[in-house]
Amino acid sequence: MCASEKAQPFETEPSVAGNGMKGHPKELDITTIRFAGDSGDGIQVLGTRFASASAIFGEDVMTLAEYPAEIRAPAGTVAGVSGFQVNVGPQDVYTAGDLVDVLVAMNPAALKSNLPLVRKGGIIIANEDAFTDKNLEKAGFTKNPLENGELAAYKIYSVRISHFTTAALERFGLQRVLVERAKNFFALGLVCWLFNLPLENSLAWIKNNFSKSEDVVKVNSEAMVAGHNYGESTELFSTSYIIKKPERPRMAGTYRYLNGNSALSMGLIVASYLADLRLFLGSYPITPASDILHELSRHKEFPVTTFQAEDEIAAIGAAIGASFGGSLGVTSTSGPGMALKTEFINLAVAAELPLIVINVQRGGPSTGLPTKMEQGDLYQALWARHGDSPIVVLAACSPKDCFNTAIEAAQIAIKYMTPVIILSDGYIANGSEPFRIPDLNELPQMRARFLTEPEGFQPYKRDPVTLARPWVRPGTPGMEHRIGGLERRDGSGEIDLSADNHEKMVAYRAEKIERVRNVIPRLHVEGDPDADLLIIGWGSSFGAITRAVKNQNAKGHRVASIHLRHLNPFPKELGKILQRFSKRIVAENNMGQLWTKLRAEYLLEMERFNKVKGTPFGISEIEEKIEKTLGVES
Amino acid sequence: MTTVLERKDYLSSIEPRWCPGCGDYGVLKGFTTALAKIGLPREKIVLVSGIGCSSRFPHYTQTYGFHSIHGRAPAIALGVKITRPELSVWVITGDGDALSIGGNHFVHLMRRNPDIKVILLNNRIYALTKGQLSPTSPKGHKTKSTPYGSVDTPINPVSLAIACGATFAARVPGTDNAMMTDVFVEAYQHKGVALIEILQDCDIFNEGIWGQITKKSNRAENTVTLKHGEPLIYGEKQDKGFRVKGFDLEKVDLNDKSVDRSQLLVHDAHRADPTLALKLSMLEFPKMPYPLGIFRQVDAPTYEDEVSTQEHEVARKFGKTDIYNLLHAGETWTVESDDNWFDMPV
Repeated sequence: MCASEKAQPFETEPSVAGNGMKGHPKELDITTIRFAGDSGDGIQVLGTRFASASAIFGEDVMTLAEYPAEIRAPAGTVAGVSGFQVNVGPQDVYTAGDLVDVLVAMNPAALKSNLPLVRKGGIIIANEDAFTDKNLEKAGFTKNPLENGELAAYKIYSVRISHFTTAALERFGLQRVLVERAKNFFALGLVCWLFNLPLENSLAWIKNNFSKSEDVVKVNSEAMVAGHNYGESTELFSTSYIIKKPERPRMAGTYRYLNGNSALSMGLIVASYLADLRLFLGSYPITPASDILHELSRHKEFPVTTFQAEDEIAAIGAAIGASFGGSLGVTSTSGPGMALKTEFINLAVAAELPLIVINVQRGGPSTGLPTKMEQGDLYQALWARHGDSPIVVLAACSPKDCFNTAIEAAQIAIKYMTPVIILSDGYIANGSEPFRIPDLNELPQMRARFLTEPEGFQPYKRDPVTLARPWVRPGTPGMEHRIGGLERRDGSGEIDLSADNHEKMVAYRAEKIERVRNVIPRLHVEGDPDADLLIIGWGSSFGAITRAVKNQNAKGHRVASIHLRHLNPFPKELGKILQRFSKRIVAENNMGQLWTKLRAEYLLEMERFNKVKGTPFGISEIEEKIEKTLGVES
Repeated sequence: MTTVLERKDYLSSIEPRWCPGCGDYGVLKGFTTALAKIGLPREKIVLVSGIGCSSRFPHYTQTYGFHSIHGRAPAIALGVKITRPELSVWVITGDGDALSIGGNHFVHLMRRNPDIKVILLNNRIYALTKGQLSPTSPKGHKTKSTPYGSVDTPINPVSLAIACGATFAARVPGTDNAMMTDVFVEAYQHKGVALIEILQDCDIFNEGIWGQITKKSNRAENTVTLKHGEPLIYGEKQDKGFRVKGFDLEKVDLNDKSVDRSQLLVHDAHRADPTLALKLSMLEFPKMPYPLGIFRQVDAPTYEDEVSTQEHEVARKFGKTDIYNLLHAGETWTVESDDNWFDMPV
């Protein structure tokens, strides 16, 4: 077994007895808490609130949200279980955690489907009231696992969450439905007590978020306080816990807690502000990308224009129209939508217009695994177009990195007059972490320039440095011109299908994308730069790989890693870095797509390490692979 | 200083490459004549086209132009119009482009009512690909892809547009330059979406397909021209009309003593209810004379106006552009010290 990112926190705790006696809370390092329940149980709210409260309390946090694929699978069934995992620790929390230390199971189905994730010795808090014969049967239990001893390897806390929630709220005489629904806040209060987290922020959040109904504010607040008091006043829990405080302070500044889709949306708004362009998003609802459309639709005041199109094709078409008109055109989707947008992406390549295409990847092929993550769309991003059609492909590597990636994509798209594909995925899109809000003066200067001088104007006359053609806004007098998908004549941009001109234009388009290498920041090599073994990753596996490499080096195992944000073109120095290592492993959540491109470009042998289970790599999986390759025993 | 532009000022320096005798030349003439009549500065005009013979159109006008991909011009045009409402945006399309591969976009463009004008050159054939069935080809039509005759029921562009809620819909013979120019000017002046269907032959692959309608000698007996506020009368001697009978339109002979002129159907293009316009658009030749002109012209808010009104309202309600507030919205917390800080190199 490899070391995971934390010690095993609950093995040898002292038992502290006494009514209300918490004794000293036991201090924990990085801890993974998972909330699970029926999709109607309010699990996502519960998890998000716990993560926020932890982040505000100063902890480092990363989360993973898991939804059932069906809108409302039958209540109480395993198919209907919704989950939210929070990894919390003093610092260096790079993933949502491997094994779960604390599971909050709101019903038997949640216990059934999540038990394999809980480490032996971990805590399980179960809503006893939901463990009825009917629910047990639906979840596939023949006997009640809370009673028959089959969970002896865990610390079980069986709490009548529904009962106590109802009891605490009875006095208000409110509707039963309203009262029953508040049980997630009872659970939140209880878990906050267990981890010594203050309730203030969550109380303020409830007040603000449910401001439309005083009753809802009342039941949720009271339920949360009741849950907290329950932990405080019963002898059920022998101890409470506190996550260690960071040893080294974080970078000074103001923080907020953000998921990848929100960070992408913020990044796009900031990029359009820096570029002094109107932001236009054309989109069509698709999981797990829809939240980008939702988020940007809330910010019309900037102005941000969002357009929910009739289909994926019209969504990108309108974005291209907006770019032609002089705005920053963006479209957001997931794999199946990318397939539909392909022809339009190719038009943007030929028309040489700035455009950002966001693919929040999910499992494929076809409809595949709509709510699960995968890195399966790299081939599609790179090559799914007819003709020689080079394009810039970037991949965000964490929720907060989505912000930077959006800004970089806009910079490249405008500077090189090219579409840029951003690859995100379901893990970082729905995963959250603390994000330090940058000062505006930390951000790049990237004001877009339109050509307004008719003298000597030619629509396909290229900038000598970038090879970009000029961007001219329709409405500019004396510069009327036509662009389109048919091959253009070098310079004048008139239709020209002749052989030599076509070859020249193909070469120009390729060279232009090659030159994007000139603005790519240097690659960071993590771990031991003199090691023999290099792990290569891209996108959302960043956290797991980085942490695994740090852990291994701490154990004296020499290994390094690089993480690619720029998948086309590759950074200039990539070839040299690859050559420095005698063993190279490409780790990705697909069957080897980056592996194919790296081998094709650098003619170097590499091993591939793949996982396509709809879930990200665990740190321990990467560590096991490293140890196996190095031939060391852990 | 305003320069008065003439028709030829709206033509680009590029020589049109349509087949000799192609109806597209006539449309280019009608369109540029209309632009000169309107007197719109060239830089304010954007033409967006898809794929097909007609879609080469933007190359031949001295305006901004985007010759895009098959069927998708409405999507691009809408993106331009929403973000640049001050521009005059025209979609130039054909029957295959607009109604087959681009059918979905056509439907949604019509229902959203942006101030975009759609000129649909309907030759009832795929001509650029050399003669296959189009969605407006008549049933039984023999083409390269239907050697034994088509089994498809054709789409009627004007009916489809009206059914989708189009606020302006017209049908014009490609041979009638004066009528075409007038309708283009009317369409421009209409604030909202406009469909202008042009009936034109393809001399190479579908010769004479509209002949019975568009040929000058056939016009009087085979067509009826719609004029708002006037009774629908047609015929060489202007002695035939229509009256409403139940849910149908009935042809009547004005020479018949039993027919009272007051019973004649009077065209009302401004009628909010689209039923009558739809009914007229569905009249089929040769059972009925083929209606030409403006079927429908009603006022409604434009899409881009609604978009911008909403943006302004939101800005007024929540305050305008402030990146600082955006980034600091919701729950935030501040960390004071920054000693020994290092973060991941991302």
